[in-house]
Amino acid sequence: MTEPLLSVRDLKVVFHLRRGDFTAVNGISFDIMPGEVLGVVGESGAGKSMTGTAIMGLVDPPGEVSASEIRLMGERIDGLDEEGFRKIRGKRIGMVMQDPLTSLNPLYTVGEQLVETIQRHLPLNNAQARERAIKLLAEAGIPSPEERIDAYPHQFSGGMRQRVVISLALAAEPDLVIADEPTSALDVSVQAQIIKVLKDLCASRGVGVMLITHDMGVIAEAADRMIVMNKGEIVETGTVGDIIKRPREPYTIKLIEAIPSIKSQNPRYAAAAARGEVVAANDDTAPLVSVENLFCEFDLSPSVFSRLFGGNRKIVKAVNDVSFTIGRGSTYGLVGESGSGKSTCARMMVGLQPPTAGSVKLEGTDIWKDKGASAKRRRSIQMIFQDPYASLNPRWRVGEIIAEPIRALGLTSSRAEINDRVADLLDKVRLDPGVMNKYPHEFSGGQRQRVAIARALSSQPEIIICDEPTSALDVSVQAQVLELMTALQEEFGLTYLLISHNLAVVRQMADAVGVLHNGVLVESGPVEEIFGNPQADYTKMLLEAVPDISKVA
Amino acid sequence: MLAFILRRLGQSIVVMLVVAVVSFLMFRYVGDPIISMVGQEASIADQEALRDRLGLNDPFYVQFFRFITNALQGQFGISYRLQQPVTELILSRLPATIELALVSATMALAVGLVLGVFTALRPRSWSTGAIMSASLVGVSLPTFLIGIGLIYIFAVELKWLPSFGRGEVVNLGWWRTGFLTESGLRSIILPAITLSLFQMTLIMRLVRAEMLEVLRQDYIKFARARGLSKRAINFGHALKNTLVPVITITGLQLGSVIAFAIVTETVFQWPGVGSLFVNSVAVVDVPVMAAYLMFVAFIFVAINLIVDVLYYIVDPRLRVAGGR
Repeated sequence: MTEPLLSVRDLKVVFHLRRGDFTAVNGISFDIMPGEVLGVVGESGAGKSMTGTAIMGLVDPPGEVSASEIRLMGERIDGLDEEGFRKIRGKRIGMVMQDPLTSLNPLYTVGEQLVETIQRHLPLNNAQARERAIKLLAEAGIPSPEERIDAYPHQFSGGMRQRVVISLALAAEPDLVIADEPTSALDVSVQAQIIKVLKDLCASRGVGVMLITHDMGVIAEAADRMIVMNKGEIVETGTVGDIIKRPREPYTIKLIEAIPSIKSQNPRYAAAAARGEVVAANDDTAPLVSVENLFCEFDLSPSVFSRLFGGNRKIVKAVNDVSFTIGRGSTYGLVGESGSGKSTCARMMVGLQPPTAGSVKLEGTDIWKDKGASAKRRRSIQMIFQDPYASLNPRWRVGEIIAEPIRALGLTSSRAEINDRVADLLDKVRLDPGVMNKYPHEFSGGQRQRVAIARALSSQPEIIICDEPTSALDVSVQAQVLELMTALQEEFGLTYLLISHNLAVVRQMADAVGVLHNGVLVESGPVEEIFGNPQADYTKMLLEAVPDISKVA
Repeated sequence: MLAFILRRLGQSIVVMLVVAVVSFLMFRYVGDPIISMVGQEASIADQEALRDRLGLNDPFYVQFFRFITNALQGQFGISYRLQQPVTELILSRLPATIELALVSATMALAVGLVLGVFTALRPRSWSTGAIMSASLVGVSLPTFLIGIGLIYIFAVELKWLPSFGRGEVVNLGWWRTGFLTESGLRSIILPAITLSLFQMTLIMRLVRAEMLEVLRQDYIKFARARGLSKRAINFGHALKNTLVPVITITGLQLGSVIAFAIVTETVFQWPGVGSLFVNSVAVVDVPVMAAYLMFVAFIFVAINLIVDVLYYIVDPRLRVAGGR
C-alpha cells in the first residue's frame, strides 16, 4: 500500500470562548492518497472548513488545534511555527476559497499576485515568473492570458476569477489542494466548467484534492471518495458511489433525502399522472397575474451629454420583451443565470422598478398605470428575499417586523387584534408565538426565513414573489422551508413566483416554468415539458450543467 | 481620466462661486465699508460721493461681477487696519503657515501610519493599550492647552527651544523660509508638534480601524494560504487597501491644518495667515476676512481635487469608466 499524501489523525479544533469552550472539529481522522479527490460534505457548522483551515495552520485565536497528528507525505506538519507553515502553504498545499470576488486583492493585477506567489516559492526571475504565470492562466482556461495577466480582478467575471484563484493555488506545484466551496458562489453553467478545470489540472499533475462543499451534486461529479461530517465529527466515509447509493448512517440518509434532484419529477404532476389526469395549467380561469411584453432598460451611457443627445449610447436591456401568465393558486418558476434578468422581473412585478415598456396586470389591473392600483399592489403582492440575515431589520423585534405590513396598510388598528394576527401567523409558519418579542439574531437562518414568510403573509396577499428563498440555507433546512411553502399554498390558495438558480428546487415546486437568458424568455411552459423535453439550446445546456447526485455511476 | 478631472474641476468651480457669493455678501453687508473708511467728520454728501466713486450704488450683480473679476486677478482690496493690499498681506504671511502645516502634516502622517499599523498588528499587546490610551489624551486635550504645556516644559523650564516666533528667516524671492537657519528650525518644532498631535491620533486610529477590517478580508487569508511572507501581506496587501479612506481623511485634515492653524499660531505668535486672520477679526478688517474665506475655500477645493486623483491612482476599480 502506498503512503497517503495527507494523513490526519484525531484532529481537534477548539475555540476558547467567553462562554466556555466550543469544539468545532472533534477528533476526526482521514487519509488522502496521491492524486485522489476526497469530498468533504456536511451542513454549515459541521466543521468542514475548519478542518481545511487547520491543515493549513490558519486557525486564528481564540481557536486552537489540539491533540492532533497531521502528516504530509509522512512528515508531521501540525504544531509547526508560523515560519514553518509558511514554507508549506502555497508550496506544498494550495488553497482555493469560496468567493472569487473577495479572495483576490482588488488593488493588484492578477499578474502581480501570481508573480509574487511564484517568486515566493520558486527561484525564478521576474521574466521567468511572468512566463510561468501566463502558462498557468492558459492552463486554467483563461483566453489570451498574455493580455489578461495585466488586468485587475474586477475586470474578470466570477468564473474567470475563480480560474485565476485556481492558478494561484497551483502556482508552485503543490502536492495537495484544499478547495473550500470552490463553486458555491458561481452559476451552474460556470460551476461545471470550474469543477472540470480543477479536476483536470489536479489529475494531470497528480495533485491530491480535498474538496469541501455542502453540495452533494458537486461531490458526485468530482470526487472519488467522500466523508460526511456533522457537528465536528465524521459520520460516514466511503466511495462516492457507495455513500450516495447505499448510505448507512441515518444522518447521511436524511441529508441525501433532503436534496432535491433535478431528475425527480414534480410531485404534483406525478400524483396527477397517477390518477390519470392531465394537468392543465388552469386554462379555464383567467390568470391571476399576466406579464405582457415587459421591457426594462438601463442607460449606462458614460456621460450626461451622450444620454441627452444620443451617440455613444450604451443601453442594457435587462429584461427584453418578456410575457408570461401565472394562474391562481399555481407556482411559476423563473430560472436563469445571474444577470439574466430574473430579479429585475421580480422588482417590476412588486413595484420596485418601473418598467420601460409593457405591463404587469394583477387580475386585469395594470399595477403601474391604472389609478389606485398601487394600494392594491401593495396589499396583494408580497416578496420574500434571498438573504434572511439581511432582509430583517436587526433592531426590530420579530413581532414588529411581522406587524409592519398590517399597520402600514391600515388593515387593522387595534393593538390586541394586531397581536392576535401576528401570533396566528407565527403559528402558521410553525414558530412558537412566544418568540414575538425576540430579535432576528436570536434565530437560525431557516427560522428567519420563516419570519420573512410570516411577514409576507401578514397582508393576506394573493401572490408572493420568492427571490431565491432557499439558496442561503442548508439542504435540510431548505427542504423544510419548501415544505412549509407548499403547505401554505394549499391552505391559503397562494400563488407563487419562484425565482431560483437551483433547477432541482424549481422542478419540485413549480407548475410552470420560464427560462431567462440575457433578459429574453427563451422558453416557457409546464414544468415537466420543459424539464423532460427542453426545446431551447440554452435550457438544454443549463440542465446538462447541473451537478447532480443521480449522475453517480 | 481627463474627463474625470475636468468634471471634478467643474464641480470645484461651482464650489468656489458659492464661496465667492458668501464672501462678497460679507464684504458688502457686514457693516458699512464707507463708515470704516472715512473719518467721523466726513459729511453725508462726502460719504455719498465716495460711495458712488467706489461703485457701491451699482446694482448687486454689477458689484458681484466686479468682485469676481478682481478676485480672479488676485485683488481683494486694501486692508482697513494695515493699509496694504490684502493679497500682498496674505502672500507675505503664507510661507510661515505652509511650512508649519507641511512639517506637522508630515509628522502626523509618519507617526500616525506607523503607530496605526503597529497597533493593528498587535491588537492584544500591552503597548497597544498604552498607545491607544495616550492617543485619547491627544484627541481630548484642547490645542491651546497642549501648546502652553509644551512652552512651559521645553521653553520655560528646560529652555531648550524658543517659545514664540519663527526665528531668523532667509528670503528666497518672495518666499521667506525658516528651514535654512538653526533658530528657524528650532522654532518650528514646538508649534508643529502642537498642531500635529490631533491629526496624528486621528490618522493612527483611522489606520488601525481600517487595517483591522482589511486583515479580516478573504484576500488576506488567501494571501496567507499562498505562503506569502508576513511583510508582503501586512505592508503590501493590507496597507495598500487601508490607504483609500486614509487618503481622504488626511487630505481634508491637511486642509484644516493650513486653514485653521489659528489657535496654534496665536499661542506661539507664529507670523502666519491664521494670526493675521485673528488680528483682522478683532478690528473687523472685512477685506482680509473675505479674502481669507476665499483662500481657505481654494485650499480645500484644491486638496480635494488632488485626493480624488490619488484615489484614481490607488484604486484600479475606479478606472473602469475611463477604459483601459
